[in-house]
Amino acid sequence: MTQLVKINLTVNGVQYEREVEPRLLLSDFIRHDLHLTGTHVGCEHGLCGACTIILDGQSVRSCIMFAVMADGSTIETVESLGTPDHLHPVQEAFMEKHALQCGFCTPGFLMTIVDYLGDNKNPTDEEIREAIDGNFCRCTGYENIVEAVKLAAQKMAAHS
Amino acid sequence: MAERVFHKSILRNEDPQILAGKAQYLDDIELPGMLYAAFKRSDYAHARLKSIDVSEAKALPGVIGVYTAEDFGDLVKPGPLQVPPPTAIKGATYASRTIMPIVKDKVRYSGEPVAVVIAESRYIAEDACDYIYPDFEPLDAVIDLEKALEPGAVLVHEDLPSNEAAHVIQERGNYAEAAAKADLIVKKKIYVDRVAAVALENRGIVVNWDDKAQMMTIWCSTQSPVTLRNATATRMGLFENQVRVITPFTGGGFGPKINTSMPDDVLLTELAVRLKRPIKWYEDRRENFMATTSERDQVHYAEIAVTKAGEILGFKDVFYHNSGAYDSYMMTVPLNTQTHTVSNYKIPSFYTEIIMVFTNEMVVTPVRGAGRPQGVFVMERMIDAAARELKMDVAEIRRINLIQPDAYPVSTGIIGQDFVEGVLDSGDYPTALNKVMEMIDYKNFREVIQPKARAEGRHLGLGICTFTEGTGVGPYEGAKITVGGNGKVSVATGVSSQGQAHYTTFAQIAAEQLGVEVKDVKVTTGDTGAFAWGAGTFASRGATVAGTAIHLAAVKVKDKALKLASQFLNTPESELELVGGFVQVADLPDKKISLGDLASKANPMRGTFPPGAEPGLEAVAYYGPPYGATGAGCMAMILDVDAQTMKPKIERLVMVHDVGTPINPMVVEGQVHGGIQMGIGNAFYEKIHYDETGQLLTASFMDYLFPQATDMPSHIEMDHIENPSPLNPLGIKGVGEAGAIPTPAVFNQALEDALYDTGVELMESNLSPSKVYTYVQKAKGA
Repeated sequence: MTQLVKINLTVNGVQYEREVEPRLLLSDFIRHDLHLTGTHVGCEHGLCGACTIILDGQSVRSCIMFAVMADGSTIETVESLGTPDHLHPVQEAFMEKHALQCGFCTPGFLMTIVDYLGDNKNPTDEEIREAIDGNFCRCTGYENIVEAVKLAAQKMAAHS
Repeated sequence: MAERVFHKSILRNEDPQILAGKAQYLDDIELPGMLYAAFKRSDYAHARLKSIDVSEAKALPGVIGVYTAEDFGDLVKPGPLQVPPPTAIKGATYASRTIMPIVKDKVRYSGEPVAVVIAESRYIAEDACDYIYPDFEPLDAVIDLEKALEPGAVLVHEDLPSNEAAHVIQERGNYAEAAAKADLIVKKKIYVDRVAAVALENRGIVVNWDDKAQMMTIWCSTQSPVTLRNATATRMGLFENQVRVITPFTGGGFGPKINTSMPDDVLLTELAVRLKRPIKWYEDRRENFMATTSERDQVHYAEIAVTKAGEILGFKDVFYHNSGAYDSYMMTVPLNTQTHTVSNYKIPSFYTEIIMVFTNEMVVTPVRGAGRPQGVFVMERMIDAAARELKMDVAEIRRINLIQPDAYPVSTGIIGQDFVEGVLDSGDYPTALNKVMEMIDYKNFREVIQPKARAEGRHLGLGICTFTEGTGVGPYEGAKITVGGNGKVSVATGVSSQGQAHYTTFAQIAAEQLGVEVKDVKVTTGDTGAFAWGAGTFASRGATVAGTAIHLAAVKVKDKALKLASQFLNTPESELELVGGFVQVADLPDKKISLGDLASKANPMRGTFPPGAEPGLEAVAYYGPPYGATGAGCMAMILDVDAQTMKPKIERLVMVHDVGTPINPMVVEGQVHGGIQMGIGNAFYEKIHYDETGQLLTASFMDYLFPQATDMPSHIEMDHIENPSPLNPLGIKGVGEAGAIPTPAVFNQALEDALYDTGVELMESNLSPSKVYTYVQKAKGA
């Protein structure tokens, strides 16, 4: 029997102490142990970006990290942003610009963009495309996502 | 009057839930006592399975069971056909060899399952797969479509005389006579390679058998919930209403999720009953690349017969179509190729021949476009080849051959995937071409911009192509609309949704009739507990066919509401209207009754219920078109190519499209954007690559190049023309595949034009920088 490892971490402001197998992926830990299923798994090899979360202030792919590596860290997932009735400005912008269709990749985009806009208040179209280049979307062709990021930047500037 | 909500860009009902991470997708479902499945798959593409040792795997802690063909008895037989054979086409021959749930004696493609593990966790199930030891006797693999048919070729199905899966010839006019009259005949070999659908969510299924209730619930990200329910019930000896299929939020479909009676659903429904515990399987990306389905692989030998003036007299196309190892989906894809080759041009004589071939590759079923991109690629490339010989302008040769707007309906003489003769119901192809030429400033580009760029040593090329998209085919769809006591409206239909905005567009259709807010219409798709008839989401048919059924049901409910309200308001029906959730007297809006109250009154607890009345403010309606509605369009693209690295940059991309009457223009544009992205991927990035032994070399995103944000043009310039379809009361045509259809043809044309100084001809789709470089070197004679 594999020895379990105790980890402590904070996810969306809630502190968790759990025992996990060393090989448990962080994405599986978030989804299946913490039941935060907004984080999606599209490839499990770190390419598609659907599983992107924010870990200690940086957007990262949770499918190529083990849960034990997140011991002591602070994580935000899509559930930390807004609720259906009170969306985060980036979520609002996605809705208003029709930047999602099936929505499977969307949480990953949102976390990448929230992290990016934290450091880049007024990005150009090209900079936005570079910023989201690690997130795959099959439905939208990306153009409306770029528009949503620009709108989100405006909304966040207006809020701040 | 109520505000119109049909034909309007309304934000999506489903978005807040999805954006907040609260939409439930397949892998989010967890049930008490759930078990997890993993499949042991063959590494060989073609091999005899001599024996298989599962003893070590079975002994692993946490493993509930390991099952091979011998554990499944009579279940191990070819599954049902998903689509009927082409018996409507005279002279067609075919051999149906359908998908096996698990390998018994022989493996026919790399990735075919040889065992299934059920364990307490997915991790353990995957561990156990590594402790399963199959003993294979490898066989030579059948990969090349033409060599597969040579005498003495190794056979994929040894009970057949050859690897030919089907042979279909269709002809209108007489090509031989047309060719005899032509001034010029151009012949080319054209090749289109295979691509994956790549929905971001892989396939998956959860099965729960409630032994006490004798009820099975299946959650599945399927495009065809009713088919899955019916096939499962039939196979298991259950009534259809003992099986409920629920389609949760689904992360994209694009074709492969239409398949049912696949190894996973056949084996896991059986094991859920045996084990009396729920089972989940969520495919991983590698399995999706190697063991679901994909499409496009065809080799064409085409001939175009033209006059000196560029008039096309005849077209001949003999093509090999890769079916993969099995052909459960029969001929939908190659028949679409046949119907989409010459459909928008007035070509009197057209000969088209399909030779469908079994190979040791993953099964082929539709991927967004479904045979249409190949037909358009072949036709458009051949027109370009003719234009080149005739030294004609590529737009002009198209213009003079397009079907004119006064010609509809146009009978094509070619039977399509829906087994009726294709008829173009409506359209205006010349206007689409003219608009695109205006938008891209065609004349100025040819006369000023391009010569200047060339003088500066830049390689700037333009491509312009037209296309049709057969959409909205039968057989039928249905819908049930119910007004609740809460005054809100419930719509249920048998098609399932994979991101097409059905929760909004279907709501718009119902709201338009019933005078309620779009957000107050709750749409349920793909839950057989809510609506149990339908064919599925494919061929860009959801909005057209299910949408029309919803409209018809809404009209019925509206009539019921008016009739009932007329009694309570003592006013003739003709003076009533539905506005803002009420039935009101048109001239006296204060005299009204809410839909919620009417719904309650329509179901009286006690008291008067007139004989012959039906309870409930509810109606069911069905719609089946005689044939599909044909969308169409034109696309142009300007490429700036680096002639050293062969890296193309899409400078401009212009598309004009006819979807009839758009329900929600914002959603239509979104569909086109996504289709174009897939088209660009297919043209230059994506390629499923099998080696000569049938090994898949592109089984991850490291090797399969998925188009990313920086690969796309900065802006897609789009305009619409609206020629409502006369086939349905709303004038709707489908749009799901439009963007994917013309893009590879336009791309190749633009690339050739950009590399004008090399004389290169690109008669192959799925290019790459290295491939273009090779073609250029060959053209230069290097």
